[in-house]
Amino acid sequence: MSDEIIRVENVCKSFSTVEVLHSVSFSINRGEVLGIIGENGAGKSTMMKILSGIYTLTSGEIIFEGEHVLIQTPEEAKKLGISIIPQEFNLINDLSVYNNVFLGSELTKKNGFLDKEAMKRRTSELLSSLEVDISPEEQIANLSAAEKQMVEISKAIAFESKVLIMDEPTSVLTSHEINILFNLMRKLKEGGYTIVYISHKLKEVKEICDRVLVLRDGNFVLNESINEISLETMAQSMVGRELSQIFPKKTKPSSDSILQVKNLDIEGVLKNINFDLKKGEILGFGGLVGAGRTEVSEAIMGLRKLAKGQIFMQGEPLVIRNPEDAVNAGLGYLSEDRQGSGIITSFSVSHNTTLVSLPKYSRNFLKWIDKNKEKEASEKYRSLFNLKTESLDTPLEFLSGGNQQKVSMSKSIDSEPIVLIVDEPTRGIDVSAKQEIYQFIHDLVEKGISCIFISSEMEELIGMCNRVVVMKDGHITGILGGEDITEEKIMLYATGIVEEEA
Amino acid sequence: MAAKEGAGVISTAKRIFTKVQWQKYASFIALVFLVILSSILSPYFLKPQNLINIVRQVSYTGIIALGMTFVIITAGIDLSVGSVVAFTGSVVILSMNAFLNVVDNEFFGVLLGFIIGILVGGLSGAFNAFMITKGKIVPFIATLGSMAIFRSLSLFIGNAGEIPSHNELYGEFGMGTLLFIPVPVFFFIGLAAILHLVLNNTRYGRYLCAVGSNQKVALFSAINVNKIKFIAYTLIGVLVGISAILLGSRFNAVSTSNMGLSYELDAIAAVIIGGTVMAGGRGTIWGTVFGALILGIINNMLNMVGVSPYLQGTVKGLVIIAAVYVQKQKQ
Repeated sequence: MSDEIIRVENVCKSFSTVEVLHSVSFSINRGEVLGIIGENGAGKSTMMKILSGIYTLTSGEIIFEGEHVLIQTPEEAKKLGISIIPQEFNLINDLSVYNNVFLGSELTKKNGFLDKEAMKRRTSELLSSLEVDISPEEQIANLSAAEKQMVEISKAIAFESKVLIMDEPTSVLTSHEINILFNLMRKLKEGGYTIVYISHKLKEVKEICDRVLVLRDGNFVLNESINEISLETMAQSMVGRELSQIFPKKTKPSSDSILQVKNLDIEGVLKNINFDLKKGEILGFGGLVGAGRTEVSEAIMGLRKLAKGQIFMQGEPLVIRNPEDAVNAGLGYLSEDRQGSGIITSFSVSHNTTLVSLPKYSRNFLKWIDKNKEKEASEKYRSLFNLKTESLDTPLEFLSGGNQQKVSMSKSIDSEPIVLIVDEPTRGIDVSAKQEIYQFIHDLVEKGISCIFISSEMEELIGMCNRVVVMKDGHITGILGGEDITEEKIMLYATGIVEEEA
Repeated sequence: MAAKEGAGVISTAKRIFTKVQWQKYASFIALVFLVILSSILSPYFLKPQNLINIVRQVSYTGIIALGMTFVIITAGIDLSVGSVVAFTGSVVILSMNAFLNVVDNEFFGVLLGFIIGILVGGLSGAFNAFMITKGKIVPFIATLGSMAIFRSLSLFIGNAGEIPSHNELYGEFGMGTLLFIPVPVFFFIGLAAILHLVLNNTRYGRYLCAVGSNQKVALFSAINVNKIKFIAYTLIGVLVGISAILLGSRFNAVSTSNMGLSYELDAIAAVIIGGTVMAGGRGTIWGTVFGALILGIINNMLNMVGVSPYLQGTVKGLVIIAAVYVQKQKQ
């Protein structure tokens, strides 16, 4: 029995009526690097946010160094010695490095003024102990993603943290930066720190962790020492079934193109984007975060001003000044940011469903809404998607993420688009809802709709798409088809190691 | 396990509570309570003449509050309504007087006054709408500016004094009745009914709530957000114009310095008491009607029990704060 620093017993967490963690128990040993893996929405981040005081648990217990503790705020977690390095950095861009490190716990002189010299000195010591070459007086805004992460880590160890939780730390880093991070993690481990490493990148987990826990749909399904588990076993226990069963069989698109994008340019965002979408095709868009994929879809939908470029639908040039024009031209859009730009959480299921297609239900002089017709339509989607809701009048805030996404999807297709653009259609939803959405997109395509499928999940691109466009820094680096759609090839193009001649 | 069951019961109770939606009827309940309280406090309260007086009193700000409901649903505000009432009222009487000098027909004079009132009110609203949608100025600041502008303009054209009307018919019109209902009340109730239907049954009403709930979602859903807002601010302008016409005819004169003073407060108060959320996205017209009536009854009651008129503002202020506080607790 090794020395436990944290023990979690039967922790449950619910948001409104949806339980996302089902009686989770595990322990973290002192001085280990523990990997926690799982798909998006498996509950990894929720669990870690509970440990770091951002969420409070619904029921269950946390034992820290042998004592029952209640962690209700990030301050309490900090006091115990638990720090989280979040996916999105918690740094203030306009302040210097040392001001960020001491944010909220500033050192002061006897007269109450800030002791800037002491803070600079301490920050400089911290950074050099991590062998990081950043000036304490540098503005955060001038730092790279990796450097910001180093600052986050110094911030955590400045206050004698014992446990560092890193939530997907490598998602914004280049491979060189990842190596630096891993070296740093090894050094921290030697220094007696305990590290919890959350990721869905299995190779990295295999490389850096001592032990791995697999979380699926709010339950722990596997706990294994890293030497005794293969990448394949990890992947399978994450997904819970053979990968091939998840995706419907691909259909063969026609050779006629339906949507053509030519020389699309947005000042400082997109450069010379050219591609065509075939009738009945699912065209994937892959790339790293910030590669410009969402921007391409927003440009097509009239949400961004084009500097240059043309869009053709079935050979006819389109004039798209705003989303209204795009919808009228037969384009449908599912936004990546469900809560921010996809659905209105205070609106009911049926009101959300018809938000884009409302003119269809109110074609008369007074623009009077035919509420019966509206109900019928949402009833149709409810059974089509196997939507779990008390009634069609229930506001969406009471639905789970997966069900919200289904409503968002209904909304996008109720305007009967010819081309549907979906951006991260399965982000943050559970596996079974994912499968339903895949099947649904597949069925739409079989009916003759063409689809642009933006995703950061490799398996999705590989499993769903006929061809995959890969982007990097606002331009297209390659278009892969058939057997060429593999994780390795997509990564090569996404990181810019290989590039097709434009 | 027991704790879990307990939580289950609470969440079920909560769901039933939300289903009944007490907050939806809070303004109605408050109204009933006030009526009962007032009739106990004063035997005169329930006399038909007194009740008609109350409704007539609240009609002028009530009509404006209807438009304010739409504006607040878009998550906006219009502070200029009081000043626009004074400005429009002045222009209406000045143009009617000028007309009488040329054409000796009172009926056509009143008709012209009507058209001018709606036009001037609507244009003032469109001016606000333009600043807010095209200029991207936050509604609070844009309408604060126009509040100063329109008050100053009305003081200027009326030399800060009273502008009397020479049209006798105009004065009779405002004190008359239509289908046995006092004219202002007729307008208030009629407009409320129409706007209620617009809000609940038309495409515009749905879009209005969408824009107020989440502007970005509305934009991504192919809704012309600026158009929806533009219409809301222009509409409140038109309603302000109608209110100004009715108010001017009440005394057959307008006082450029006093007319419409602090009407923005009364209109916003009626909307808030009626349960419309300041953050936008949700609201009801009938709630606003009840809100206006509640304010009117409180004033009436304070008068009858002999509270100093100077203290009535204090009571009104407390009621608004209490209404918003109750709203916050429910969220």
